[in-house]
Amino acid sequence: MTDAREPLLQVRNLQLHYRTRRGTARAVDGVDLDVGRNEALVVLGESGSGKSSLAKALMRLLPRNLARFSGGVTLGGDDLMAMDDEHFRREVQWNRVSMVMQAAMNALNPVVRVGEQVAEPLRVHRGWSKDAAMERVVETFATVGVSRDFVTRYPFELSGGMRQRVVLAMALVTEPDLVILDEPTSALDVLTQASIMNVLKRIKREQGTSFILITHDVATSSELADRVALMYAGQIVEQSDARDFFHDPAHPYSKLLMDSVPRLHQSEPPGYIPGEPPDLIEPPTGCRFADRCPSRFGRCSEDPPAFELDGDRRVRCWLHEEGTDHDG
Amino acid sequence: MTAEEPLLQATNLHTWFELRQWGFLRVGSVRAVDGVNFELGRGESVAFVGESGCGKSSLARTLLGLHKPTHGDVIFEGEHLSELKGEARRQYLARVGYVQQDPFGALPPFMDVRRLLSEPLIIHGVTDRDERERRIRKVLEEVRLTQVDEILPKFPHMLSGGQQQRVVIARALLLEPAMLIADEPVSMLDASVRVEILNLLRRIQQERELTLAFITHDLSTVRHYADRIFVMYAGRVVEQAPVERLLDNPQHPYTCALLAAIADVDADNALEERAVPDGEPPSLLHPPEGCRFHPRCPQAMAGLCDRQDPPLFEPEAGHYSACWLQDPERG
Amino acid sequence: MNRWMQGLRELKGYPSAVGGLGIILFLVALSVYTVITIPYSEALDRWRGGEHWQMHPVNAGPVWADRLLGGNLPQTRVVESENAEVREAPFEGGKQVRIPLTFEYDNEGFPSELNLFLNQKGTQQEAFVRLTWHTPSGEAIPLGGQRVSEESRISISQNRALEGRLGMVPHVGLFAGDSDPADPEAERGEYRLTIDAMLFDPTAELEADLAVYGRVHGLAGTDYQRRDLMLALMWGTPVALAFGLLAAVGTTITTLVIAATGVWFRGWVDALIQRLTEVNMILPMLPILVMVGTLYSTSIWLMLGVVIALGIFSAGIKTYRAMLLPIREAPYIEAARAYGAGNARIILRYMIPRILPVLIPTFVTLIPTFVFLEASLAVLGLGDPQLPTWGKVLNDAQEQSALYNGFYYWVVAPAVLLMLTGLGFAMFGFALDRVFNPRLRTQ
Ligand SMILES: Nc1ncnc2c1ncn2[C@@H]1O[C@H](COP(=O)(O)OP(=O)(O)OP(=O)(O)O)[C@@H](O)[C@H]1O
Ligand SMILES: Nc1ncnc2c1ncn2[C@@H]1O[C@H](COP(=O)(O)OP(=O)(O)OP(=O)(O)O)[C@@H](O)[C@H]1O
Ligand code: SF4
Ligand code: SF4
Ligand SMILES: [Mg+2]
Ligand SMILES: [Mg+2]
Repeated sequence: MTDAREPLLQVRNLQLHYRTRRGTARAVDGVDLDVGRNEALVVLGESGSGKSSLAKALMRLLPRNLARFSGGVTLGGDDLMAMDDEHFRREVQWNRVSMVMQAAMNALNPVVRVGEQVAEPLRVHRGWSKDAAMERVVETFATVGVSRDFVTRYPFELSGGMRQRVVLAMALVTEPDLVILDEPTSALDVLTQASIMNVLKRIKREQGTSFILITHDVATSSELADRVALMYAGQIVEQSDARDFFHDPAHPYSKLLMDSVPRLHQSEPPGYIPGEPPDLIEPPTGCRFADRCPSRFGRCSEDPPAFELDGDRRVRCWLHEEGTDHDG
Repeated sequence: MTAEEPLLQATNLHTWFELRQWGFLRVGSVRAVDGVNFELGRGESVAFVGESGCGKSSLARTLLGLHKPTHGDVIFEGEHLSELKGEARRQYLARVGYVQQDPFGALPPFMDVRRLLSEPLIIHGVTDRDERERRIRKVLEEVRLTQVDEILPKFPHMLSGGQQQRVVIARALLLEPAMLIADEPVSMLDASVRVEILNLLRRIQQERELTLAFITHDLSTVRHYADRIFVMYAGRVVEQAPVERLLDNPQHPYTCALLAAIADVDADNALEERAVPDGEPPSLLHPPEGCRFHPRCPQAMAGLCDRQDPPLFEPEAGHYSACWLQDPERG
Repeated sequence: MNRWMQGLRELKGYPSAVGGLGIILFLVALSVYTVITIPYSEALDRWRGGEHWQMHPVNAGPVWADRLLGGNLPQTRVVESENAEVREAPFEGGKQVRIPLTFEYDNEGFPSELNLFLNQKGTQQEAFVRLTWHTPSGEAIPLGGQRVSEESRISISQNRALEGRLGMVPHVGLFAGDSDPADPEAERGEYRLTIDAMLFDPTAELEADLAVYGRVHGLAGTDYQRRDLMLALMWGTPVALAFGLLAAVGTTITTLVIAATGVWFRGWVDALIQRLTEVNMILPMLPILVMVGTLYSTSIWLMLGVVIALGIFSAGIKTYRAMLLPIREAPYIEAARAYGAGNARIILRYMIPRILPVLIPTFVTLIPTFVFLEASLAVLGLGDPQLPTWGKVLNDAQEQSALYNGFYYWVVAPAVLLMLTGLGFAMFGFALDRVFNPRLRTQ
C-alpha cells in the first residue's frame, strides 16, 4: 500500500518556537515528515506535545509571539518555505492544503449562515460567484452527509456532529490535495465519531485526498491511518506504517502508549505512562523521554537521532541504533 | 441485585426542564431524565453510558440533589431525598461526593489547593484548623498527590490536568462519603492520564468500599472499572446488565450499535466503513412515540416499535433490556 | 495572594501605573500629614474664620507665583513693641510711653492694609494714644489720636480723615513718598510709627503690634476672610479621598452583592432588582442630591449616605450581572452546592471573588468621579458647611467673583488638585485594567 507512494508533502527539520514570558517554547523542534498522495498520516501525541503547532506551521498560521520558524517544506515538488506570505496565502492555503482547526466547530461565526461560511474560501481565494460557490457547497455538504436544507441555517441550530461536518465541508470545498484535521472528533460521541470517520474514509477513497489527522486517541486514529507519526515534546519519536505501529511499536514511548489503549475485549486492564512530559521551554538534554522511559540506559543522556529501520520506519531511540544504515 | 438493602434507589425518576420563551411562555419540557429506576448496592461500581445529551449529567445532578426531580424520588439509605431539609440535607451532601468532567472548571480559580480543600470541611463544621490540615493531607496522599507541601499552596492553573482531577477527587473524598458520582471524570484529560485516574478511582472505591456511579461515553474503558452498566438513551435506561454480559452479549439494538462503532485498534479499521445507525439522537422536547430508538433502529418493527413503548424485559437474570425483541411473548 | 503579587509586579512595566500611583501616593501622604499636623477639630475651628487670621492679609496671592514672575510684592510683617526701644516717663497718677515701631520696607508695590493692635494691661482706665508716621525721607505725618481701652484695633487703612489728607488710601499714601499720586510708587527705606501714649495708671503696660499686610501670602494665598487657603487645600485632600473611597467602596460592594444575589436566586428576586435598577437609572443623581441638600442638610456624611443609597441600584448592577451570569453556571459553583455550600457563601465566596480582579480597575476609576461629585455639590453651595474642602474653596471663589477680580490662584489651586486626583486614579486604573482584565491582555 505504501510502496508506490509518491511523496506529496515533505517536511525536513521544521522548527516552530514561541516567545513566552518564561523563555522560548520549542513547540516544534526538528520535525521530519512525509505524506504520500492519497495517504493518511496520523500524528499522535499527548496534550502539549506540539501537534497543533505542527499543523499551524504547515498552514503558516503563525502567532504574534513567534520566535523561530524554519525548515524545509515541499508540496508536490514546490518549495513552500521559499514562497512569500502573500503568494503562500493565494496559492497554497485552502487551495492546495486546508485545515480543520482544533475546536473549529465552536469557532463558527454565530451570525452567518453556515452555507455562506463554507462558501467563503471559494469566494475569497478563488473569486467565485455566489451561485457557483453555493452549488459547490451543496455538493460538498452531500459528501460530508449534511442535508442541503442546512445551507441556510445558523451554527447554533446544528448539533455538534453537524457543525463538525460543516467545518469539514469548509476544508473540502476547494478540493485540496491535503487536508489537515486537528482533533476533528474528540469532542463528539462514539456514534457521531464513527460516522465522521466513515465520511473521511469515503472522501479518501473517492477523491484521492491526502490527510494529516492529528489526535491523541489511538483507537480513532486507526480508522484512517496509513502511517503514524508519534510526537513527544516537540519531536517525532517514531514514524511507521500503521500496521507496524499498532502491532509492533518500536519506540519505548510507542510501546507504553499502545499498552495504555483500552480495548473492548481485553481482559487485562490497560496500563499507563507514569510521569509527565518535559517542559518545552528548556527541554532536557539527551533523550526527551528518558525521565519516563523504562528501558533507559547510558547512551540516553545524548540526544538520539532518528534511526531508519526496515519498512520505512524512523525511530528516535538509541535502542534502535544497530538496525540502521545511516543516521537520519 | 444485592440481597441487603440498597444504598441508593431511584424510583420512577423524572427530571424535566421547562422550556420557556420570553421568560414566561411555556414551550414544553425537556425530558432529560424520563422514568429511570435502579438500585445501587453498597460498594458497587456502576457505569452510565450513552450519547451526548441523553440525560446522564441530569441524572447525576438529580442524584446529588442539585435538581429537584419532577416525579419520583431518590431514596438514600432508606431516606427520601425530597424530604430532606436543612441539616439533614447537608448530611446527605456529605455522604455523596461529586467528581465533575472538567477538572479545571471544577476548582475555584482564585483559591489555592489548601483553601479549596478546606471549604467543604468548614461548611461541614470542622472548625479546628489542625484537624482540617490533617484530613486534607491524608486525602491528598490517598489520591497519590504525595508532594503535599508543594501542592497545597498552588492555584489550580498551576497544576496539570491529571493533578487537577486528583484534587477534585480528593475534595469529593474529604467528607468521607458513602458514594461517589463521577460525571465523565476523564473525558477532558489527556489519554495518557485517563487510565491512571480511572485506576485511582477504582482503587479508592474498592479500598473504601464506596458505591461509585461513573458516567462515560467511552464503552471501551468500562470493563475494568465497573461491575454493572446502564445504557441510557433519550432520558431512559434501555439496557442494564453486569459488565461482561453487556459487553459480550448485548441485547438492545442501541447497545449493539454503540459497541459496533467502537474501534479496537487495528490497522484494518481503515479499510472499511463502520455500520452506524442513521440520524441523530431524538429531541427530548418531543421524544418519538413508542420506542425512542425506533427512528434509527435497524430492527425496528413497524406497527409495534413506533406505537408502543417497550417495558424493561429481563432476557436473563440480572440483564434487562427495553426492547420488544426481548419480549418473551413475542414468538 | 500570588495572583495579586504577580499582577503588581507586572504593573511596574506600565509608565501610567507608576505615574498614577505616584500621584495617588502623594495625595495620600499629603492627607496623612495634614491629618496629623492639623487635627480635625482644629481645622474646623480655624476654617470658621475670625481672630486666628487677623494677622493675615485679605485676598493675597501665593508668594511663589509672584516671585516666579519676577515680582517682589510685600508679604505681611508684624512689628512688635517687644523688640522696640520703649521710653517711659512717669507722672502723677500715670505714665507717658513712647513706642517707636520701626521696619525696613523694600518691596515693590504697596501693602494691602495697615492695622495697629494695642493691648493695655494692668488697668481698667482708658489710655490715650497719638500716632505719628515717619517716612524714610524724614517726613512726619500725624495720624491723629484716640482713646483706647484694654484691647483695641486701630485700623489705619480705614482712617477716612487721613485718606482725605493724603489723597490716597492710607496704606498707599503713607508709603508713596512724593511720587505722582496718579501712579504712586513705593518709597523704600526705614519707616517708623511712633506711638505716644498717656497711661492713667502707673502699673499699666502697653503692647503694640503693627501689622503691615502684604499682597502675597504663603504657598496658596488667602481668601476674603484672611483664611490661609493652604488649610482648605490640605484638608480638602483627606476629605476628597475619604469621600471618594467610601462612596466607591460603598456603592461597589452593595451593588456587587445585590447583583450577585439577583443572579444567584434568579426569578422574582432578579426581576425586582432589575426593575429597581431601571427606575433608579433614570433618576438623576445630582438633582436629588441638590434637593436633599437644600431641603434637609448639607452634611458631607449625609451626602455620602445618599450617594451610596442611590448608587446601590446603579447601572453597575447591569454590568456586574452580565459578568456574573456565566459564573453562575461555572462547574466549581455546582461543586460547591454539591458539598453543601449555602446561598450566602456561594454569593460572597464563590461568585464575587471571581470578578474582583476585573472590577478593581473600574473601582479605582470610580473614586475620582465621587471626588468630583462632592466638589460639584460644594460648588453649587451644597458643600458641608463646616469642612474645608476643595469644592468649598471653589464655591467661595465663585461667590467672591475671584476670576473677575483677578484672584486666579483661588480657583486654579483647587482645580489643579481635583484634576490631579482624577488623573492619578485614571492613569492607575487604566494600567490596572490592562493587567487584570483578560480581554485587554496582550500576550
Ligand atoms: N501561541 C503560543 N505561544 C506560546 N506557547 C504556545 C503557543 N501555542 C502553543 N503553545 C505551547 O506550545 C506547546 C504545544 O502546543 P500545541 O497546541 O501545539 O500542543 P498540542 O499537541 O496540540 O496539544 P493539545 O492536544 O492539547 O491540543 C504547549 O505547551 C503550548 O502551551
Ligand atoms: N438546566 C437545564 N435547563 C434546561 N435544559 C437542560 C438543563 N440541563 C440539561 N438540559 C438539557 O437536558 C438534556 C440532557 O442534558 P445532560 O447534560 O444531562 O446530557 P448528558 O448526557 O450529560 O450529555 P453530555 O454527554 O453532553 O454531557 C440536554 O438536551 C440538555 O440541553
Ligand atoms: S533513547 Fe533511551 S531513554 Fe530515550 S526512549 Fe530510547 S531507551 Fe528510552
Ligand atoms: S423496541 Fe423496536 S425500535 Fe426499539 S430498539 Fe427494540 S427493535 Fe429497535
Ligand atoms: Mg492541539
Ligand atoms: Mg454530561
